[in-house]
This record gives sequence, structure tokens and C-alpha cells, in this order.
Amino acid sequence: MALAAPALPEAAHLAAPRTGHREPWPVVPALAALLPGGVLRPGTVVAVEGATSLALALLAGAATAGAWCGVVGVPGVGLVATAEHGVDLDRLVLVAHPGDAWTTVVATLVEAVDVVLVRPAGRRQEADVRRLAARIREREAVVVALGGWDGADVRLTVARSRWEGLGAGHGHLRARRVEVQATGRGAAARPRSTVLWLPGPSGRAEPADVATGAPPLAAVPAHPTTSRARPA
Amino acid sequence: MSAVRTLVVACADWPLTAAGVAADVPAAVVVAQRVTAANSAARADGVLPGLRRRLAQGRCPDLMLVDDDALRDAVAFEPVAIALEQVAPGVEIVRPGLCAIAAGAPARYAGGDDVLAAQAVAAVDTAMPSARCRVAIADGPFAAELAATTGTRDDDARHVVVPPGRSRQFLAAYAVDVLGLPALADLLHRLGVHTLGDLAALPSASVGSRFGPDAALAHRLARGLDARPVTARTPPPELTAQLELDPPAVQVEQVLFAAKGLADRFSAGLTAHGLTCQRISIEAETEHGERLTRLWRHDSALTAAAIVDRVRWQLDGWLSGTAKSADGPPTGGLALVRLVPDQVSADVGRQLGLWGAEESLERVARALARVQGILGPDAVTTPVATGGRDPGDRVTEVRWGDPRVAAKPADRPWPGSLPTPSPATVLPDPRPAQVVGADGGPVAVDERCEVTAAPARVSVGGRWLDVVGWAGPWPALERWWDPHTTDVRTRFQVATDDGGAWLVTARADGWWLEAVYD
Repeated sequence: MALAAPALPEAAHLAAPRTGHREPWPVVPALAALLPGGVLRPGTVVAVEGATSLALALLAGAATAGAWCGVVGVPGVGLVATAEHGVDLDRLVLVAHPGDAWTTVVATLVEAVDVVLVRPAGRRQEADVRRLAARIREREAVVVALGGWDGADVRLTVARSRWEGLGAGHGHLRARRVEVQATGRGAAARPRSTVLWLPGPSGRAEPADVATGAPPLAAVPAHPTTSRARPA
Repeated sequence: MSAVRTLVVACADWPLTAAGVAADVPAAVVVAQRVTAANSAARADGVLPGLRRRLAQGRCPDLMLVDDDALRDAVAFEPVAIALEQVAPGVEIVRPGLCAIAAGAPARYAGGDDVLAAQAVAAVDTAMPSARCRVAIADGPFAAELAATTGTRDDDARHVVVPPGRSRQFLAAYAVDVLGLPALADLLHRLGVHTLGDLAALPSASVGSRFGPDAALAHRLARGLDARPVTARTPPPELTAQLELDPPAVQVEQVLFAAKGLADRFSAGLTAHGLTCQRISIEAETEHGERLTRLWRHDSALTAAAIVDRVRWQLDGWLSGTAKSADGPPTGGLALVRLVPDQVSADVGRQLGLWGAEESLERVARALARVQGILGPDAVTTPVATGGRDPGDRVTEVRWGDPRVAAKPADRPWPGSLPTPSPATVLPDPRPAQVVGADGGPVAVDERCEVTAAPARVSVGGRWLDVVGWAGPWPALERWWDPHTTDVRTRFQVATDDGGAWLVTARADGWWLEAVYD
């Protein structure tokens, strides 16, 4: 029997096409200043670098509005944290180890799942990724990519971060102040930056009151290992 | 038109019999902390389906708990089905523990309903004495199943025969709850329609127009008719779906993988004709031409997932050789699987939810089934909140398609669980870490659960970082009463000068990085 993975162009007819233009997905208020229009536009790719929780916060706004979310290739995603950010676990599906088939898996998921969080890994063929981007546009899904994604519509990077709540042997991690910078293409071309609690004491992303005069944030050195759970 | 004479064989408390529990040992099947089946010894102590596990164990301290395992039940039922095939052909398995046979012609051949029923009892008793089956013959499977599963609890009467045309009178005394439609039964009770006899007395056109298709079906059942009007049409041959396996498969998993696509194709063919299938014949053939055919019946329509389950049940028993078919276990690999719709009816459809929730679930299920087709059935999971102390324990992942049941209740206090917020990355496999004090010496945790020095630098992922804040040790001592599963961990939260924060644990074998607050 033939069990070859379906080629990307063939899978298009398998699901009934979604009709009509889709409404953009909302994001949590703390992140609204970073995205063009303050929303997640259907058919776009958002690349997130430096923090898994930033990607989870992006999912949370859409999930609260009823979106189905998928997580592909992130075996170490903290599911308790995901729930704390506001993602409904009943509408979350996980494909932990897609291996080299991640483009096929994402292309299949975007047929039905509204927001897909993926860590691109394994062999990546330029042509596959280009076809996948076209599929994402066509299916009007949103893909949040952890790590790099060439040609992402919006690129969010954690520039500075500092945890609050820990003393010398007492207290506990309570909240993290981060500065996030956004660049991108088209409507997102103008660089933006915002400071927020990620996560706040409740586990969700919360807007930071800049006037509180908190001590300066520590700069995040560029190192790949902190944000990666484990190479897939 | 009156229903087909049907013989039903019901084995009481089948999951417990299948698990090999002796009749006098009180035992129960527990799913998600609730009893779903209990044998008569357990029922005598007041252990009834629906009871919470703890309450059941309180009522019956010797209660033996049995896992819920549909595969075990189905495989164990195979010898019973084979024994019945020697009595009459065309055994349909409704579910493990319950099967039906069209009794008209076999009864004439045997010389009467009573004789046939007695033969069926004898055949099952010979094949599997522990099955303790009851046999009933009546008009239609509904009346026969009721007669076999309820009726008198007298052990002497192992078989019951409801004479032809008397099913309506037989059913009249039963409460409407036996229909298995709780919402409808509740409504009927409130209207003063308490028994099937009351329901049957209502005019059929009014029942259909007032209460919808479910009630029309119930009304037919209550009058002793077939659930659905018999359609004259035979299923068109192109609805049959078959799959040739080349090379032949020797393991059930190989077949199931392919059978998923086959079942989808089969369901799509039915849907395209506006039909649903209540009874399906699954045929399997080996490379040497041996063949095993089984009929499977389902109360409502058989979905693709339900078909794959039944393929699994049927093949597992056959290929593993536990079921002694007439020709013994197969001698070669499996070369062909064929799904033949045996009984179809028009699909009356079903109302979608107002907000399209079901539609999106169905769409997601289709997409995930394709991903499972690419990567294997275990590759797609969905998280369920459960009880636990560590970020990795508080959510379990269950395979997509399996019931979303938490192993441990989440809504209990779990002393020692970590405070919110939780780490965004939980390493599937903890990585070794190092923690040193200001003097460069390693930090340890002593018996009194205190650190030997304040952590000053940590090494996580091969880089040394300065500690700017730390908290701990937070001990979690689990299952201290059992030396085999006990687990001592002391956990620390550590914030470093690069803006990162880490969850590290000290165990007997050193420091480990468990999670990253990134």
C-alpha cells in the first residue's frame, strides 16, 4: 500500500474550502501595540524569537475568541503555562515530533486549525517553505513560528527581560518585565517596541505601566539555547 | 411491517468475564473514577454503575478493580461468536458480550424457537462456561435484547421466547427509559407517558411531527416494529470498499494504518449517496485464501473511527490466534480487507450546533486524521489538565481520538505544587546542571533540607551564569510509603543575570534543569 505523505498541492481539495473572508483574530491587549491594526491577520506568519511565552501569549488572544490552536514540533511547550496564558486545552492539539515532515503537517493543519505554533526544524527545503507560506495565505490561517522564518510578515524579538519576585533564598518568580521589538513587512515595516509583563503574576501577558520607574532591564545576550527546549 | 425474528445472546457483565474474574469475586470496571460495570457479586454489595470508585470500595472493601479495555473484551468474545456460528449463520456482534442472529430460518430448521434457543445456550456453555449467557428470541433486536438482558433473573430460565406478534405486549410494561434516549424519556415522563405501552398507544404521525425523528424511531420500537422501515434497496456494489495489502500484513497495526483510509473512503461513499450504515460486514482474507467475515451492528450510524475499532477487534483475535475459528488461526499474512455495507438506510441528518462548533470540530478531526495517517496514530495528542505537583505532571497528553480522561483529578489540593506563573518550556528529558556557591564549591542539599551554600553561579546548557536571585529548596516527597516508587526532589527557582529564570532540582544524582521560564 502506498503511504507516501500527500504532496502539498494535492491536499488542497481534501477539505471543503472555507467560504468568505475571515475576520482577524484579536490579541491580548498587552501585545496590541506590536501588531499592525492590533490584530493577528489571517494568512500571515509571525516569527517569535527569544521567548516561548511570547508565542503562547499570541495564541491566547485568538484562543479566547474561539480559535483552534495547534503546536507542531515543540515537545517542551509548557502546557500548564499555555493554559495560564488563556489557551483552552480542549481546543489545543499537539504534534510533538513531526521531524522532516513539519511542512506537510503544518500544511495539513492549517486546513482546519486556526492558529498553528511551529518550531521549524529538520531539513527545510526552500521550495517547501515557500509553498507552505502560500498555503497559509490561501487557507487564511495564522502561523506563529518559534525561531526564524524567512519572509515572516511580523517578527517579534525579546530585547530585554528581567524577572521580579526572587530574593536571595526567598520569594518566588512572580512576573517578568520584557521589552519586545517588532519589525516586519508591509504594514508592519515601521519598527515598534513595547514593554509588558510576560507573564504577569496571573500567568497571562499584561500591559506594563511604564511610569512605575522599575529598575532597568537586563539586556538579553544572543544565545540560542535558552529559548530552545531541545533540538527536534 | 413487523420486525424480523431475532435471537439475541447476552453475556452478563461481559467486561468482567472477559478479564477472567470468577463469578463469586466482587469486581467492577472503573473509568475516570466511576464504576461502569459491576458483576452480580459486587451488585449484591450495592456497587452499581455510576457509583464513584471510593464509594464503591467503601461499600465493598474486597472489590477487585478491572481496567476498561475494549480490545480485551472483543478478543475474548470471539470464541462465543464462533460457537454461535455453528448453531446459526450470520452472527452480528452488537458489542462484545452481546450479539444477534436472524432467527427465522434457523428456527424452522431446528424445529422451533425453543429448540434453537436451547442449542444456542448449549453452544456457548460448551465454548465458554464462564460466559453465563442468556438467550432470547423475539420480534426485532430491540425486544430480544431487552428480554435477554432484563426479564426474569431466574437462573433456571436461560432462554426466553417471546411468541411472534407478541413483542408489543411484552414491551408494554417497560419504562420509556430503556430506549436509551434520556432526553426523550425525561420529556415523556413529564407528559405522563411512563411506559412503552403508553408510548405505543399514541398515534404515530403525531409522535413524529411533535417529537422529531428520535421519537418516531422510539415509537416504532415500542410497537414491536423494526427501528427503521426496511428499505427495499440493496446497497449499490460500489459502496463496498476494499484494500489489498501487498506485501501481506502480519501485524494488526499495519492493517489498521491502512484501514483508516479505507474506512474514510467507505464513509465518504455512503455520505455521497445520502446513506448511513447500521450493519457492516468486515471481511479479511489471508494470502492463502483463509477468510474471516464478521457482521457488526451499531445502534446509530457507524462512523469511520468506529469501523476502524471493529476492524481492530476482529483482526486482533484472529491474527493473534486466541480465537479458535473453525479452521484455526490463519497460516499467512493478511492480503485483503473488505468493508461491505450490509444494512443501510437514508441518512436523516443531524442538526448542527448554532455556532458551528461541531462543524469546526469535524473539520479539525479530519485534518488530524490525515496527520495521523502521515506520522502514525500516536503522533497527535491533546492535553488534559490533571493533578500533580510539577509543571510537567499537571497536564497529561492523550492520543487524539482517545477519551479525554484525566488520570488524577486536577481540582484537589496538591501541596507542594509550584506557584503561578508556570514555566513556558518544560524539558521532556531533564538536562544535567551545576550549581556552585560564591567560593566555587558545589552546592548540595542536606538531610534537613537546607542548602550548604547560597547558589552564586549556575551552569545550564553548558553556559555559566551569575545568579541574581534564587528561592528554595522546595521539597516534594512523593509516595514516601512505597520504597519502589518514592521520589525525593528539592526544587529551586533561579534567576540569572541574562534575564532568564530556571527551574532546577537537586536529586540524589545531582542537579538537573527541569524547566525554563522563557
